[in-house]
Amino acid sequence: MDTPTLAVFKLASCDGCQLTVLDCEDELLALAGRVRIAHFLEATSAVEPGPYDVTLVEGSITTAADAERIRQLRAESKVLVAIGACATAGGIQALRNFGDVAEFASVVYARPDYIETLATSTAVADHVPVDFELRGCPIDKHQLLEVLTAFLAGRKPDLPDTSVCTECKRRGLTCVMVADGTPCLGPVTHAGCGALCPAYRRGCFGCFGPMTKPNVAALIPRLRAAGMSDGDVDRVFHTFNAASAGWSS
Amino acid sequence: MSHRARQLKVSSLARVEGEGALHVTVRDGVVERADLQIYEPPRFFEALLRGRSYTEPPDITARICGICPVAYQTSACNAIEDACGVRIDGAIRELRRLLYCGEWISSHALHIYLLHAPDFLGYPDAIALATDHREIVERGLLLKKAGNAILDLVGGRAIHPINVRVGGFYSAPDHARLDRLAQQLRPALDAAVATVRWVAGFDFPDLELEHELLAAHDPARYAIESGTSLRRSAGTGFEVDAFSNHIVEQQVPHSTALHASLDGGRYLTGPLARYTLNRAQLSPLASRLAAEAGLGGECRNPFRSIVVRAVETVYAVEEALRLIEAYRPPEPPYVVVPARDGVGHGVSEAPRGLLYHRYEIGADGLVRSATIVPPTAQNQAAIEDDLRQVVAANLELGDQPLTGLCERTIRNYDPCISCSTHFLDLTVERQ
Ligand code: SF4
Ligand code: SF4
Repeated sequence: MDTPTLAVFKLASCDGCQLTVLDCEDELLALAGRVRIAHFLEATSAVEPGPYDVTLVEGSITTAADAERIRQLRAESKVLVAIGACATAGGIQALRNFGDVAEFASVVYARPDYIETLATSTAVADHVPVDFELRGCPIDKHQLLEVLTAFLAGRKPDLPDTSVCTECKRRGLTCVMVADGTPCLGPVTHAGCGALCPAYRRGCFGCFGPMTKPNVAALIPRLRAAGMSDGDVDRVFHTFNAASAGWSS
Repeated sequence: MSHRARQLKVSSLARVEGEGALHVTVRDGVVERADLQIYEPPRFFEALLRGRSYTEPPDITARICGICPVAYQTSACNAIEDACGVRIDGAIRELRRLLYCGEWISSHALHIYLLHAPDFLGYPDAIALATDHREIVERGLLLKKAGNAILDLVGGRAIHPINVRVGGFYSAPDHARLDRLAQQLRPALDAAVATVRWVAGFDFPDLELEHELLAAHDPARYAIESGTSLRRSAGTGFEVDAFSNHIVEQQVPHSTALHASLDGGRYLTGPLARYTLNRAQLSPLASRLAAEAGLGGECRNPFRSIVVRAVETVYAVEEALRLIEAYRPPEPPYVVVPARDGVGHGVSEAPRGLLYHRYEIGADGLVRSATIVPPTAQNQAAIEDDLRQVVAANLELGDQPLTGLCERTIRNYDPCISCSTHFLDLTVERQ
């Protein structure tokens, strides 16, 4: 059997999610022994054309050219995995969806008319069907390895679909909201980071996006009681996963 | 060869961070244009920061770049603290420097081993290099991992650390965990020393540059996490808050990106600038290795930037060990920074060059305006000038080797193209 091929592509993003692949220092060479890296511009100048067995896509769709590119990538990929908040929810750049992109451009550029961009930043799944969405800004390296191993073995990845709270409990962390009165989005945020922020005595600010069926309405009074103003509550849900359906209610 | 027009094109540059292309036109033996095209889609950070709380830019601007998030977090903190009239010193400042050393080690090791060295050795990537020289790539990964271990412990994670806040940190590591970190850093120091000796033996194309150099400066030590002023190779330098009096970004016709200029001229920031302007502040070991590697009093060959990065990695590992040795956990780990109406400026030395932030904050604690000048925007004009010189000096080469040389010329700068706060997505018109 041929060695399966792995491709990594990026759209509008910071490169952080694909860098996670290179941050697997202990596993990188082993991984390179099991797959053939057919396209990964950040890491190699050797480029092979598709089709690819597994394609990881980082970043959101913000240009007409990228909207076309993702359709092509879908057609060339057996398995397509969207990685990170940009690819699964439009990322931080989706804040434009709630504003006026032309006005945004005029703040940053002297000649905004040169800027070619869509009015929105959208997730990969808004354009093509994806086989899996891996959450986080950035994604977690252990989860990434699970996803890659799973798809290479032809099975579905086994990842938690619970909230950050459950990870806190599993680690035996003291609840920052109960003990310190620190506002925390842990109860409504998708698990995956291993409850990083609470471990550093910081409230979760939701970088993994909404969990399945989050009870946001129940959390908001608690956030207010912990001292957040209406503006604070608004902004904390409007950051890296602003355009995510789960929080928009 | 009369009236011959040559076009060199690379539609997607590899082993750089972000997406860009290269387009060179030579007509009748004259380099007509050499463009580093940036087609990274704009992400409008400066626009979306308006109306956010003054506590948010460290987390938000980290997302400009996955390779140097700490640089963005730190320049943002420096600028916001400046606006609020608070100065961070003592143990908190030292912890910030330790975190930044982690990013330097990790980013420099990534660039040296995974992105840049394959160019000198004729491999497409480090994985191919590892099939012939596994121990070398493993040494690079060990070094990178040591840098990431600092980021993980002090910052909470290697990419987009969660433990950084305006005024300091959410929590400070204890001695026991830092001691374990130090144990990991000691072998990394050997790896860093070996790295300098390894890269010093590479074959470097001849190229000496005239660009003016600009780097942050701290009278007390090699500037990393902040600078009290800016030093330049011509002239006397200036204060951080005078940045915009000297550095102007302009949209240039026929260019794909904003070009920054220093008092109207081309200039360069990054390893060559830091080494040339601040080398007297390197540690004895780093200085000795620099001399051994033949760097001399200044370094103006961009291909040798890999050697400077290796020397800086030695410095950063030693500095991290020193900071851990002298560490006293700050209690509390942050200074309270109350919002006030004001304007603040902040710089730090990202691994690839000077990173400037400016914020205007209202008394309500909301950001009124933000300006971010990333290193690659500052270096863009110098990179294109190098391309012109490299092409002009190597016209006899065939298209393929010449294109390869151009790509290497760009990779010398470890450009971080994703910092699209300031890049244009503009289609270049052709005849
Ligand atoms: S999700 Fe976050 S880390 Fe990943 S590419 Fe987007 S901004 Fe970067
Ligand atoms: S913000 Fe929440 S999801 Fe993100 S790292 Fe912190 S705890 Fe985890």
